[in-house]
Amino acid sequence: MTRHLPILIVVLPLCGALLVPVTGLVAPRLARLIALLTLLLAHLCALGALQVALTRGPWRYALGGWEAPWGIEYVVDALSGAVAVLVSFVALTTAVYAGPHLAGRSRLGVASHQALHLLLTAGLLGIVVTGDVFNLYVFLEIAALSGYALLAGESGRGAVAAFRYLLVGTVAASLYLLGIGYLYALTGTLNMADLAARLALLPDSTAAALALALIVVGLAIKTALFPLHGWLPDAYAEAPAAAVAFVSSVASKVAAYVLIRFLFFVFDAGAAGRVLDLLGVAAAGAIVFGAVMALAQRDLRRMLAYSSVAHVGYVVLGLALGNAVALTGALLHAANHAVMKACLFMASGNLLRGAGPMPLTALAGLARRAPLTMAAFTVAALSMVGLPPFGGFFSKWYLVLGALEGGVPLAVAVIVGSSLLSAVYMFRIVESAYFREPATDTPVPVAGEGPTAALAPVLLMGAVVIGLGLFNQVLVEAVLAPAAESLVR
Amino acid sequence: MSHADYALSILLLAVGLHGMLVQRHLVRKLLAMGVLQVAVITFFVALAAKSDAGPPLAPASGQAPVARQHANPLPHALMLTAIVVGVSTYGVGLALLIRVHRRYGTLDEAELLERMRS
Repeated sequence: MTRHLPILIVVLPLCGALLVPVTGLVAPRLARLIALLTLLLAHLCALGALQVALTRGPWRYALGGWEAPWGIEYVVDALSGAVAVLVSFVALTTAVYAGPHLAGRSRLGVASHQALHLLLTAGLLGIVVTGDVFNLYVFLEIAALSGYALLAGESGRGAVAAFRYLLVGTVAASLYLLGIGYLYALTGTLNMADLAARLALLPDSTAAALALALIVVGLAIKTALFPLHGWLPDAYAEAPAAAVAFVSSVASKVAAYVLIRFLFFVFDAGAAGRVLDLLGVAAAGAIVFGAVMALAQRDLRRMLAYSSVAHVGYVVLGLALGNAVALTGALLHAANHAVMKACLFMASGNLLRGAGPMPLTALAGLARRAPLTMAAFTVAALSMVGLPPFGGFFSKWYLVLGALEGGVPLAVAVIVGSSLLSAVYMFRIVESAYFREPATDTPVPVAGEGPTAALAPVLLMGAVVIGLGLFNQVLVEAVLAPAAESLVR
Repeated sequence: MSHADYALSILLLAVGLHGMLVQRHLVRKLLAMGVLQVAVITFFVALAAKSDAGPPLAPASGQAPVARQHANPLPHALMLTAIVVGVSTYGVGLALLIRVHRRYGTLDEAELLERMRS
């Protein structure tokens, strides 16, 4: 079995996605068990594969025994292994959380949600472990299609937002596929490692430059990098709580991971460097714009969505700076933000029920009704701002150090300025939850801590936020530094 | 070799993008998205074409095939997958539109925005 860990990471949730809709109609409890079990096993497989990759170097797995570059290969190295562990962990935690939040739905509704959750997980994990650019396109679309359906939920507004996301996302995927077409015409291969070797022989090719431009624009839309983030706020704000925590936490990170693969592994440093300079400017814009827009929102989920726009900017800024410290910061921040955002969205789903608007005023005095949830929310919020000893402080610290090392003081100003803005918008929520009197006429149903299955994942994520802060040194030395080293050239 | 096939794919790309931006009816937007996907498929199929070559069938006599005499089958295989993806995208898109129409009674973008506000 252990010989096949890289493929099991993808196949397990895929099998789960096929089993759950059938069993869900007859035995809903069994279906939930299958869903959680396959996600847990996928997480363990990812951990095992990462362990092997860290001790023995990158693990190349030839699908069906067809050797690369003719066959499709899966590659687990420090980077893809770490992302796979992160994605499968968030998938498992949010699947536990989703259970109570689906209570009002029909059996078919619950089963289809669980199947889509598993399918999205399989798609995202496939994107992460594959070493083949067309196979990546297929997984990109599997993840995207299940993501649209998950975010649509059961509301009319959700369907409108998801339909817009579908149009934009399909344009993004088509641009990516067109870029792959150029690369295939140029090199005759679809394998990433083989592409890298062949593209290195064509340093000044216009076709390669066009392919790079098409792929980067496509992926920037999927990453929701400013100014291509337009689909994100509506899609997240109108989505059901059970879906948005998972999607918001990892979907854009996985797209950013694909950007890393193309910019640091497939294309040569010259062409990728020029693109990275441009992306750096966009990222700085994202950080400022996202923070300002988040400050202007009156709706909790919309505010969190705009803060995602800003935080994707931090990750891409780290990539653009390009030195080992900044890259470590980018990877650490991607992990931190995935955990923090999952915690914040899950907590907000427990505090305010329903898929409708979540006015910030409704949060007043909620700390008394839901002390544990609010504590986890506060921990994640402080980490978002970047206060020690929480995870967010350390990733921003690495990014600032990287910016100083790279001689880009403007990047430091952008990071610090945006953090101050995020302090304003996060503190006003925490302040109103702890020190204001509860609003008497809230327009949305206010819940308490919620059932254990909905509360425990929030607390776990809050604990992980603290853990990522306290033990960031261990994580950086064991996993992220080797991954960042492999990116530097 | 003429480049009419590539020109066609660029034309389809432009038509698709234009339709997605300009059309006000959501079903028309979805159809324009389909045209955009077909543009990419056309591009790949054009890549596989060769002059003076036949379809990629192995010679009956058991001899090893000569690559120059056959169209490249790989882009065709890739595009079969892309067509399946395209059909699935249509399916999800139409399912969402059915939900939207049931809830708001219209698929015209301007009317829809108005009804969502009230």
